[in-house]
Amino acid sequence: MTTPPTASQTVGPFFHLGFVYLERENLVPEGAVGERIAIKGKVLDGEGNVVPDAVLEVWHTDSTGRYFDENSPCEPGGHRLHGFGRIETNDDGEFRFTTIKPGRVRAPDGSLQAPHIVVTLFSRGLLKPLHSRIYFPDEAGNADDPVLKLVPPGRRSTLIAARSGENGSQHLLHWNIVMQGNGETVFFDC
Amino acid sequence: MRAASYVRVPAGTQPPYDYPPYVSTSKRHPKQPLILLPHTSSELTGPVFGHSDIGENDNDLTRQHSGEPQGERIIVSGRVLDEEGRPIPNALVEIWQTNAAGRYRHRVDQHGAPLDPNFTGCGRMLTDREGRYRFVTIKPGAYPWQNHPNAWRPAHIHFSLFGAGLLSRLVTQMYFPGDPLMPFDPVLNSIPDENARSRLISHFDWNTTIPGHALGYHFDIVLRGRLATPVEVPA
Repeated sequence: MTTPPTASQTVGPFFHLGFVYLERENLVPEGAVGERIAIKGKVLDGEGNVVPDAVLEVWHTDSTGRYFDENSPCEPGGHRLHGFGRIETNDDGEFRFTTIKPGRVRAPDGSLQAPHIVVTLFSRGLLKPLHSRIYFPDEAGNADDPVLKLVPPGRRSTLIAARSGENGSQHLLHWNIVMQGNGETVFFDC
Repeated sequence: MRAASYVRVPAGTQPPYDYPPYVSTSKRHPKQPLILLPHTSSELTGPVFGHSDIGENDNDLTRQHSGEPQGERIIVSGRVLDEEGRPIPNALVEIWQTNAAGRYRHRVDQHGAPLDPNFTGCGRMLTDREGRYRFVTIKPGAYPWQNHPNAWRPAHIHFSLFGAGLLSRLVTQMYFPGDPLMPFDPVLNSIPDENARSRLISHFDWNTTIPGHALGYHFDIVLRGRLATPVEVPA
């Protein structure tokens, strides 16, 4: 006999209390190999107002396209959380995190997905999380990405970060989450 | 190459995004259609947590300060299972809650109930090999919120869980049996299926009650992870 999964409820406005200990904006492990990137953006609601009480969780591969697992080496301090980040928006609705650009990982049909970061968004007013992805600008693999191909062409740009410059050896990218309305970000039904 | 795919969630067992009685949903729910996502390793993998992520007293919310907190001491325990009833070991369980008076230790909470200097209200642990977890805490209080006139949230404990992969991720709330506020709560009542709603209510449990010390409440949690029939695709 199977039981359906337990129902989701909103994370509410006070999640900082429970989440803060695992919050991490810098996902770059010591000695990491790959292209350093910083991604910054805002979360906006259906009236274009900033969302100062949201939290994003991000997940992505290493630079070779491999997801971290229980066999991956530990970070200093014993965490084994490479590729995982938890970032709150600030009072201006902004989030920012730094990491190493992920590699490409296969889809079930054997094709290669374009490099991407999986994003899960929680907030007050969301009874269950929103699921999205961040893709990278000027990436040849985007044209053949099996997930991007499922998105109506006019909406694909909402999943692709924009370049906003460089800071030393770090590439700066910009990507907003628009929860509703004009320019609404693509969200997935998982 | 073997393709794995999780069974889609049964209708009615999860809340919608748009639920007008919960006012905050109105500006935050997507209006465009969601894109159905095939399950790739991006969805099927997830962060792995270990004991280095947990402190020694992190599962005892009554022992994190020099004195004991006010309120009724309770043991909250249960199992984390998959849809087939199999235990999920090493699942990270995070909780947070108000104190006994219904006040969160958070800068945004301005409810006129006192803070308790001996209570912060957050904890975490990893499930054991049988998928079991156990927290010692204080029964949280109901608290007023601004959703509608004279609105009060029933007493609840927030739960956040990481299972084997991202699709198993769950954030939910646990309620207490017999709470008179439950029939009026828009957050709980957003779940269409009555059985799914009732599964968020803990059960009073004599087995985990410690005489003279604490009442026990039992709450099992089911995480998504049931594979659809695997399909072979060319390697």
